[in-house]
Amino acid sequence: MTEELHAYGGGVVTEPRRPPVIVSSMASDSHTWNLVFLELLVGELGFDVVNLGACVPDELLESECLSRRPAMLVLSSVNGHGYQDGLRVIQRLRAIPELRALTVVIGGKLGVGGALTEDETAQLLLAGFDAVFDDQQGAASFRRFAATLSAGVTQVEA
Amino acid sequence: MSFEEFVARRHAAGELVVQPRMGFADPAVMRAGLVATRNAAAATVGTVTLDSYTRVCDTASVAHALRNGIALNGYPIVNHPAEVTRAMLDGLEGADFPVQVRHGSARPADIFRAMIDAGLHATEGGPVSYCLPYSRTPLDESVRNWAHCCDLLLDAEHPGGRPHLETFGGCMMGQLCPPSELVALSVLEALFFYRKGVRSISVSYAQQTHMAQDQEAVSALRRLCAELLPEATWHVVIYAYMGLFPRTPGGARGLLGKAAELAVTTGSERLIVKTTAEAHRIPTVAENVAALEHAAATARAVTGTVTVERDNQVYREASALVDAVLNSHADLGRAIVVAFKRGLLDVPYCLHPDNAGQARSYLDPAGRLGWSELGSLPLRRVVERHHADRITSSTLMSALSHVQHTYDTEALEQPMTAIGGES
Repeated sequence: MTEELHAYGGGVVTEPRRPPVIVSSMASDSHTWNLVFLELLVGELGFDVVNLGACVPDELLESECLSRRPAMLVLSSVNGHGYQDGLRVIQRLRAIPELRALTVVIGGKLGVGGALTEDETAQLLLAGFDAVFDDQQGAASFRRFAATLSAGVTQVEA
Repeated sequence: MSFEEFVARRHAAGELVVQPRMGFADPAVMRAGLVATRNAAAATVGTVTLDSYTRVCDTASVAHALRNGIALNGYPIVNHPAEVTRAMLDGLEGADFPVQVRHGSARPADIFRAMIDAGLHATEGGPVSYCLPYSRTPLDESVRNWAHCCDLLLDAEHPGGRPHLETFGGCMMGQLCPPSELVALSVLEALFFYRKGVRSISVSYAQQTHMAQDQEAVSALRRLCAELLPEATWHVVIYAYMGLFPRTPGGARGLLGKAAELAVTTGSERLIVKTTAEAHRIPTVAENVAALEHAAATARAVTGTVTVERDNQVYREASALVDAVLNSHADLGRAIVVAFKRGLLDVPYCLHPDNAGQARSYLDPAGRLGWSELGSLPLRRVVERHHADRITSSTLMSALSHVQHTYDTEALEQPMTAIGGES
């Protein structure tokens, strides 16, 4: 199995042998159970995981993506600000040529009023997310999506 | 009448004070929420919960949201001018209806200034509880910030009464933190406020997974506060469960009812409620009012307090933790920082860089929270360590959803196992 990386705030414990998956919140979101869960889940799919923790500023997300060149960036938000924070972050990341092809997904409770509307989801995809996982879908669809990435991944049952 | 006097009088009259978690960006909507809280059929205090941009001092994002009509998840007290907040509270907040500001910031100086300018004297938080779980602010900076905020609060004039601070330490991570560490942190934050000169304090404890263990915890909290805060006026505030909340209305009401029962049976003076919407989205005003009235009605139906063994397990662990911290340094702020550095305090599953992250908790078959790994916690002579299997995403999820699942199952009155794990 994989070594778990606990690189809170950027301190690397072990240098990864292959691109890790970065799990992160965004600047205004203080919740972390979602991140603890995702760290375990993505690790079980065979990836090394870098967990950036709570309230990650845009600049730190950008520098972590540039320096680590992850296989995927997973943004998780449950405080209701995920829609506008996600739009801001993805626009910033996609403006950087080196990060245009990076797989970036977002999930959680993304709106103050519960699930996002179809239009809001479309806006997030249009702005550059590769996938949007609403809380109602549960973890299964995210797990299937992550399993299709090309890193050396363990087999996942459907 | 001040916040503390209001709570004391209602308690003397045999009433549990109930309070929502509620915040809206628009002053008119915020006022309407407070009016509805005041008019609920219960002894209520009001809440102004701040939005999460304000908590991290991102006033630019608040300004952008206010300009463009983007929804915020709370009231932006720093961006709204003091006169706007005063007008929002005018004729509403006062002797019969105190209002508390709730935020969640490790850098709260601007929040304290805005609150004082608006004439409010009650708020909550703490150097540990608003730093470790919720921010990436270094702990020693948070300690300095909170010390400064105690000074701001004490130096200001408060026409509404003596300034009041509530610890948030009884909540750490919301769930899966063993009760003894919640009690220890709530007590340590109260003592931090006390040593800064604050004399009107409330200590929090968040409902966990097991009623009898929670009752032991509140008893331990009271005993430690009585020992350590001799010249303060203090009371206990219970938080209805802060982890994953039941998804069914019946399950949510059942769990809230248990929180009210915990409050009454432990002689606690105040309860902060959760609503039937909790698992799904930010609750509406009507859902909050329904929760306040349900909690108050449940509390009225509970009679008598429970007798708990004084030297119970939660007390033994909590007092060992508190002693170890107090012995770390004469200055409590330094002592807290040193204790976390040495792992004498270590919050399970907390990702903050200043948390050792060696201690782990587990849920025993009876539903009590215990320690599976002690790390460097000074509990080796006090606690029997239990072996637990390596945690996976699915075992973590089942521990996180244990309470939700239990109450939802009860509410549906049929076993959910046949349907297959949705969680």
